[in-house]
Amino acid sequence: MSKRVGRPAARRWRDFGLAVAMLAPSGVILGMFVIYPLVKAIFLGRQRCGVTSCRTTSWHQYVDAFRSNEFQDALIVTIKYALITVPIGLALGVGLAVLADKYIKGVGIFRTIFSSTVATSVAVASVMWFFLLNPNVGVIADWLGGTAKTPGFLQDPGTALWAVSASSIWANLGFTFIVVTAGLQSVPKDLYESAYVDGANGFTRFTNVTLPMISPVLLFVTVVLTARAFEGFGEIDLLTEGGPKAKTTTLTYLAYGRGLPTSGDDGLRATVTVLLFFVLLVLALIQFRGLEKRVHYGN
Amino acid sequence: MAYPANVAQVQLDKITKQFDGVTAVEDIDLEIADREFMILLGPSGCGKSTLLRMIAGLEDPTEGTVTIGGRVVNDILPKDRDVAMVFQSYALYPHKTVQANIEFPLKVRGIDKVERAKAAQVAADSLGLGEYMQRKPGALSGGQRQRVALARAIVRNPAVFCMDEPLSNLDAKLRGETRAELIALHQRLESTFIYVTHDQVEAMTMGSRIAVMSRGHIEQVGTPQQVYDRPASVFIAQFVGTPPMNILPAGSVEPGEHLVGVRPEHLRITADGPISMVVTLVEQLGHELLVTGMVGESRVVVREAAHAAMPAIGSTVHLDAEVAMRHRFSALTERRIDV
Repeated sequence: MSKRVGRPAARRWRDFGLAVAMLAPSGVILGMFVIYPLVKAIFLGRQRCGVTSCRTTSWHQYVDAFRSNEFQDALIVTIKYALITVPIGLALGVGLAVLADKYIKGVGIFRTIFSSTVATSVAVASVMWFFLLNPNVGVIADWLGGTAKTPGFLQDPGTALWAVSASSIWANLGFTFIVVTAGLQSVPKDLYESAYVDGANGFTRFTNVTLPMISPVLLFVTVVLTARAFEGFGEIDLLTEGGPKAKTTTLTYLAYGRGLPTSGDDGLRATVTVLLFFVLLVLALIQFRGLEKRVHYGN
Repeated sequence: MAYPANVAQVQLDKITKQFDGVTAVEDIDLEIADREFMILLGPSGCGKSTLLRMIAGLEDPTEGTVTIGGRVVNDILPKDRDVAMVFQSYALYPHKTVQANIEFPLKVRGIDKVERAKAAQVAADSLGLGEYMQRKPGALSGGQRQRVALARAIVRNPAVFCMDEPLSNLDAKLRGETRAELIALHQRLESTFIYVTHDQVEAMTMGSRIAVMSRGHIEQVGTPQQVYDRPASVFIAQFVGTPPMNILPAGSVEPGEHLVGVRPEHLRITADGPISMVVTLVEQLGHELLVTGMVGESRVVVREAAHAAMPAIGSTVHLDAEVAMRHRFSALTERRIDV
């Protein structure tokens, strides 16, 4: 019978100690800034707070909050917001990156323009779109007329979410463009040439070479854009303040917005925020499980 | 576009290619006969891959015409030239199975699924890939990947195969085996093969003719034996042949202002030869003996029989070469002088 050869126990303990020591700084930061706040928020989420004090209710507060009309409406708005901003943002970012992935004179100018939104803060982008969409002074309102003018895209319950989405898509375009452009650089040129010699047209090369080869990048961008959509707050606060008629009140805005049931109640805000965390966790698992089998890693 | 079954002649007339003012290929004329195995041989940067890419349609000539099967194809897309290309890196789609890789050219052409699968299986079986059809390239060895690239080219049944150093990523043993397979493939398919390499062993063993290139020009075209026996320039003399031809300075072997080239196997160590050499290295290879030394400032290699006497390093030996085995080159132009 052969004897399994392993490391001596003393060495294993020493290695374990060394591993703990090397992981400790990251562990401390993770613990202080992620795990502790999360645990604290979970416990805060079963309290109701006034101006001066909090009272503990029960864990049922989570169930009640999840079942409330406000939460369900905000969840639907958030899902709609993500379903608008993520596919459109991804398609535009990929499209522009593919168009700009050419070795022609002057293409650098376009790359600079397309990626420039990454340097724009949410506040600046939102204020810019606020004026563009303003029914009295905005150029978009002047061009389009109709609802854009009266009552205005941001003021009409039917179009407000789309208007806020436009601002978000524009603001995220630079990030998507830069990441996808980087991904395109890693696609071997001879794959395109081989497909070209074999007779593939541009669309066939795009679907058979480009998309599969940048699929890890697309998964990453999808996850990030989805997280941003679920966590979006600044553009909503500046453009619509969650209105009109709560048509742009997302979960994050529900947690922190003004004039809402959660206003002034840190306990209820924590409840909504923790629920949002678990919604995002489930979403991330679904995304990775569902999309990752379509992703090709390595060459 | 299909050519008549027996016409896949390739003709290059006055081909020039410039990239941003840099001339990669200049004024090239070359005729490749139908079903020929033509080798484009040369060092890195000589323009051989650029020339191949212009034939395949991946580059457009700055000047000149490319003719395939009697038709000028300068303005014809690669897919309509009936040319298949095998790349140095194989260019296999890593996310597709072997079967999908081989079928891809047919799928692009709208061939139906059943026909595609049949044709792919035939191509794969002919190269011993039948059992790997559902694997992805990442799960294959280098040699297997290379055969998948070949199968993908074969499945189209093209008139012309363009191969850009397809063996350069293989180890030496596999390279030798695959060389033999490619020669057999050429004979079986009866297509025109245009093969780019910097390896003179591949060129000498595989091609029916070799076009030796240097700095964007064709230096010589001929059969492997012609290029070996009568190199047109010092460059070719030293590029083709291992060890390379010895180029001896003017006046060291015979009177005159010209350079004299002698192959290592044509030099003999004799008692009273006209050439004095100081021995610097002796290599016993088992099947032969290589003696390296200095003749003046020139490094010279002599190939002797395996059991010949081994001179001492540092000793001076005398060399001679038969007059008929000497190659004469102009000291000014380094081109061959025929006496």
